[in-house]
Amino acid sequence: MTVATRPTFDPLAEAIGALEGLSDLADLPELPLAGPERASAVDDAKKLKDILIIDYSGDLEKVWAALILASTSGAMGVRTRVFVTFWGLQVFVKDSVRITGQNWMQKMLSAMQRPGVSHRKLSKMNFLGMGPWMMGRLAKQYGVASPRELLEAAQALGVEFIPCQMTMDMFGLKASDMIEGMGEPAGAATVIGLMTENSIPLFI
Amino acid sequence: MPIVKTAQAVRTLASGAAVELLATDPGSTKDVAAWCRVTGHELLEQSVEGTVFRFVIRRK
Repeated sequence: MTVATRPTFDPLAEAIGALEGLSDLADLPELPLAGPERASAVDDAKKLKDILIIDYSGDLEKVWAALILASTSGAMGVRTRVFVTFWGLQVFVKDSVRITGQNWMQKMLSAMQRPGVSHRKLSKMNFLGMGPWMMGRLAKQYGVASPRELLEAAQALGVEFIPCQMTMDMFGLKASDMIEGMGEPAGAATVIGLMTENSIPLFI
Repeated sequence: MPIVKTAQAVRTLASGAAVELLATDPGSTKDVAAWCRVTGHELLEQSVEGTVFRFVIRRK
């Protein structure tokens, strides 16, 4: 009796082959220190997903959370993007800019709610600024980084901040109103595109 | 922000070099382990001295 031999598919062998191919990555030249190239090289080696944070709120406590997650994600070598929209966009206006907008309604909106990362209000217990002031004091006392420090750290770690074009138009914000290092403005399709590709979305 | 500072410090190291991290955040025990797991850098030593959490990390 003869046994017919036929080519077989061995998933384990395939997987080992694929892994051995990946081991070449260890010989890659030194990775650049910051920016998306570094993060994407880490992605290839470890198949990490990207993180996409949608920063919708401009409230101090939510902005704080978004920036803690963004800077930590950047520090973990994960490619991180923060899409900043609506109230969240006001956070990324320069602290020094007081009134923004082209017409009286836009100007009034910025007058009623001061833009900039250092001028956030709490969603509750704001008490005309007493709440945020106490939060700031407590943060300093317990060695917690301020939103401003976290924003700077995140940018240094290559986190991309993408402003929402629609919100920029509606609030009459110009690129020159925004902090340095912001990405190109984009819209909802960019966000959905990233979500369907390799990004874990987080709406804050 | 122990993790952010650690990431910044490890970036300045050559491959195989180590850095010592001193943190006062009790959460750093779990966070540093998670950071090492994701980034692939090696946690060589870990100890607690009073309120200070000490870690030694080697860059991969």
